Amino acid sequence: MIQTVLNTIPTPSFEYALLSPILIMFLAACLGVLVEAFFSIEKRRFAHLIIVFTSLLFAFSAVALQSGPKGRALAASGTVALDGPGWILQGTILLVATLSALLFAESKVDPLGDAFASRASTLPGGEEEKTVTKLGWTQTEIWPLFTFSISGMLLFVTANDLLVLFVALEVMSLPLYLLAGLARRRRLLSQEAALKYFILGALASGILLFGSALTYAYTGSLEFGQISNGISSANNSPGLLTAAIALVAVGMLFKVGAVPFHQWVPDVYMGSPTPVTSFMAGAVKVAAFGGLLRVFYVAFGALVWDWRPLIWVVAGLTMVVGSVIALAQSDFKRMLAYSSISNGGFILVGFSATNRPAIAAVLIYLIAYAFATVGAFALLTLIREQAGESSTLIRWKGLGKKSPLVASLMSLFMLSFAGIPLTSGFTAKFGVFTAAISGGATALVLVGVLASVIAAVFYVRVIILMFFSEPIPDGPFVVVPSVFTTIAITASALVTIILGLFPQVIIDLISSASVFLR
Amino acid sequence: MIAAVIALPALSAALLLSLGNRTNKFGPWMAIIASTSSFLIGFLQFLQMLARPAEERTAITTVYEWLAVPAAGFKVDFALQLDQLSISFVLLITFVGTLIHIYSLGYMSHDENQRRFFAYLNLFVAAMLLLVLADNYLLLYVGWEGVGLASYLLIGFWQHKPSAAVAAKKAFVANRVGDFGLSLAIMTMFIVFGSVSFSDVNEGVAGAPAWVSLTIGLLLLLAACGKSAQFPLQSWLLDAMEGPTPVSALIHAATMVTAGVYLIVRSASIFNASEIAQTAVVVIGAISLLMGAIIGAAKDDIKKSLAGSTMSQIGYMVLAAGLGPIGYVFAILHLITHGFFKAVMFLGAGSVMHATNDNVDMRRYGGLSKVMIFTTITFFIGYLAIIGIPPFAGFYSKDHIIEAALSHSWWAGAAVLFGAGLTAFYMTRMVVMTFVSKPRWEDDVHPHESPLSMTLPMIVLSIGAASMGIILTNNHMFEHWLEPVTGFVEPEPPLPIQTITIITLSVVAIGVLAGIWQYRKIAKVAPKKVSFVVTAARKDLYGDVMNEALLMRPGQSLTKVLNIFDKSVIDGFVNGLGLFTGGISSRLRKSETGYVRSYAMSIVFGTAILVIVLLIVRL
Repeated sequence: MIQTVLNTIPTPSFEYALLSPILIMFLAACLGVLVEAFFSIEKRRFAHLIIVFTSLLFAFSAVALQSGPKGRALAASGTVALDGPGWILQGTILLVATLSALLFAESKVDPLGDAFASRASTLPGGEEEKTVTKLGWTQTEIWPLFTFSISGMLLFVTANDLLVLFVALEVMSLPLYLLAGLARRRRLLSQEAALKYFILGALASGILLFGSALTYAYTGSLEFGQISNGISSANNSPGLLTAAIALVAVGMLFKVGAVPFHQWVPDVYMGSPTPVTSFMAGAVKVAAFGGLLRVFYVAFGALVWDWRPLIWVVAGLTMVVGSVIALAQSDFKRMLAYSSISNGGFILVGFSATNRPAIAAVLIYLIAYAFATVGAFALLTLIREQAGESSTLIRWKGLGKKSPLVASLMSLFMLSFAGIPLTSGFTAKFGVFTAAISGGATALVLVGVLASVIAAVFYVRVIILMFFSEPIPDGPFVVVPSVFTTIAITASALVTIILGLFPQVIIDLISSASVFLR
Repeated sequence: MIAAVIALPALSAALLLSLGNRTNKFGPWMAIIASTSSFLIGFLQFLQMLARPAEERTAITTVYEWLAVPAAGFKVDFALQLDQLSISFVLLITFVGTLIHIYSLGYMSHDENQRRFFAYLNLFVAAMLLLVLADNYLLLYVGWEGVGLASYLLIGFWQHKPSAAVAAKKAFVANRVGDFGLSLAIMTMFIVFGSVSFSDVNEGVAGAPAWVSLTIGLLLLLAACGKSAQFPLQSWLLDAMEGPTPVSALIHAATMVTAGVYLIVRSASIFNASEIAQTAVVVIGAISLLMGAIIGAAKDDIKKSLAGSTMSQIGYMVLAAGLGPIGYVFAILHLITHGFFKAVMFLGAGSVMHATNDNVDMRRYGGLSKVMIFTTITFFIGYLAIIGIPPFAGFYSKDHIIEAALSHSWWAGAAVLFGAGLTAFYMTRMVVMTFVSKPRWEDDVHPHESPLSMTLPMIVLSIGAASMGIILTNNHMFEHWLEPVTGFVEPEPPLPIQTITIITLSVVAIGVLAGIWQYRKIAKVAPKKVSFVVTAARKDLYGDVMNEALLMRPGQSLTKVLNIFDKSVIDGFVNGLGLFTGGISSRLRKSETGYVRSYAMSIVFGTAILVIVLLIVRL
């Protein structure tokens, strides 16, 4: 009896090689926890740096080695799909996360140490805080949290099963909630941001889970391929399916910060330590859109005619609301947060077509945006005042005179965000608009062009402030970073320029790999 | 080879900007060499082109494949198209550009940011060359944005003046509106024709329905209005005079502002296919040419008066371009002659300002002909050219436009004739106020002639302003030259050509005499009691008011409304900081939970809306 039952349950397969990038990051996180437990406080930082950067390198090599046409397969009993988009997303996440890790590691720009609170448990502004700061302690737990989050992302973009997707979402998000609350400066703002992010994130996760349950109820499966088959074959109670799609969509759209699920973005981006913000705007954004792409194209691909209008509405709203509210922002971080929202809208425009170029366009947009945004945040960490980073835009007047290099690089990223040709932003926008036109969403593209015109105004305003205004007397100063931040900025700038000047190589590479497995 | 024309100034600009102060010493010279070699290479290309028969003069060079979406069957190359039209521009841009580089050597010699200035000039030359050499609309757009960027940078070059920063911003916004038109036009081309290259679009237009050419035509016209300061997007050009004078001469007179004319002529096949679009172009040109002339006649600021004149002269070109095959050639001809005579007058104005401690008020000039002999002579040649006295250049180009306009319709002809009279009036006014009348100098001003580096370019340009017309129209050379690209049909005016010339010259003479009579006495301060026309003209014919009502106000109120939704935590944080330190305030805590609650609410509502949208779709 027992034997027969056991025979009906297939032995789960587990393809270690294919899953190695995820496993490497997960292992690194566990090692990090051990370091916290067994290493003395002075040695921890060094040990973490070694572990994190080595694991990132290994994981990326694992992606690079296996991502060829032969390495595309389902793994872990079909619950993880390592296909072209999956590998590309994993690779992008690892690269962008590496840049963020470099910012995490920077400890030279702030005289007090890195960007994180010396002891997160101390009362903000209290005596104890001063003591531990003076002792030079650092909160090294950020490193395992960071690596756990990355392993969650790598799984999230390849998850081929709603339950795995949910678990991955939590593994990716929970460390982020904590990281958001660990800023060294303006700690109350940071803690507030963390709490908000957590509460709203929990709500969204709940909605996603509910949607998954409804999907299971309708199709009898959680695996994307099966869901797709179930949708095609079943023809009863479509209301249930409608609710399922909407709820899953909300859970995912929250993570990407699409309107009307965007309000957390400005508060959280502003409150979090800037390296963490760069991580959220870069790697997390890539992961969230990667997951969204797979869910909609693979699991709900058969219903494209149903969900497409929904995406149109959300994309249009997101672009317009994000761009227009950004116009009124006086804080750079907050402006970038709205910019991140509106860029999310542009990425959603690419969802208007389901063909291969459309998927490639979305992937290219993600790459272009992620690198530019990390670069912009990295530069922000260098523009400082006595009390920390100087993010009030009006104080940046005449920055171009104090540091032409920083101001020029910032201008480069701003121009890229604005989609000016010969920068990566243009290639990206061009791709998604082309895709949308071929998918018949011409009206949406018109909205997109209008929104990008509006958006250009606030991006260029930053340039005008920096170059066309007289410096204010006690304005911010620009610090010289260590090699960590320098590498991060250089790499982002290079990607931004190369993807603008010679995009064809990358377009070809990605186009050839833009097919989902199901 | 042709890529080098663009690459040299681009490279020089990049070096000057990235190497910073290390290049201060040789920077300006490097910029001049880059620009000169561009001209030489362009000239070589021109000679090679001459050697080929007329039908084989178009050469397309693909530098590399820029963007391609194989599945959509779409590709754009980084390719350059060298033909009779683009080489004409290349020669104009690099020749005038080089002269203005040389002039700037003297004009900007005291400026601490001289190197940056030359870098921007190089950047501009490179972008402008890209604009005219592109073989497709998308690459043209790159150049279009590039010249825009260089233009803002140079308008705002003297950033210590708040007015300069404001002017740069204004130029940016007005240009964005135009750029929006261009990007929509490109998008429409892509949707309809599946390609954005000139040749494919030209082929496609033939078989396309009428609305296509109308839509694209009107969008391109909008783009041209933004870049070429035509009604209703004209107001930025007057403010753009905040930039250094060589910039005004190069960018805001000779080259960049004529990009709109280039765009229309380049898109000839589109405009030929839509009579309505053509008429719109003629109307815009006519309005702008009259508005510009009226503004030019009311301004006491010499540069702003010249700016009004530029707007007016570009109005002539736009109008000519709207006339179709009878006008394209003359639009470009006038563009080239204008490039020479307007540049020489701007440089002359700069030379006058140089001599009078940067004063721009013509009411404080007067009698400068006695102290600045070269400036006076060259300026006077420019003056004769612009008002159209034979045998100076403007006579030939403007006379042809008047003939073409008369053969189009009586109203277009009337507009250009009246414009010619106004031009004669305000230019006479300028010459009288600046060079002829009694000195009305400020006490500490001791005018003197400018250095050779400044007068030499003026002399060279004035030779062009005097002779370009005869050279280019001799034996209908220019018509034959451009015909393979733009097409040409001999205009058939209702009156004999000699009669038209006589009428034109009489109108010009009336304008000149009126100018001399009106300004026989000049007050040092502008009179207050003036007719409403003058009042309006002094306020740029309310261009700013219109912009505010149409663009700024709606934008501002939209931002305000939307900003209500963004309850910034900063304010809450800053306001609450005091409360926090004195024990955590319950009030603030309440407002905090309120935030999350309201965010959560909107998520829930959003979910409901999504479900509803989906249900509607499924129905």
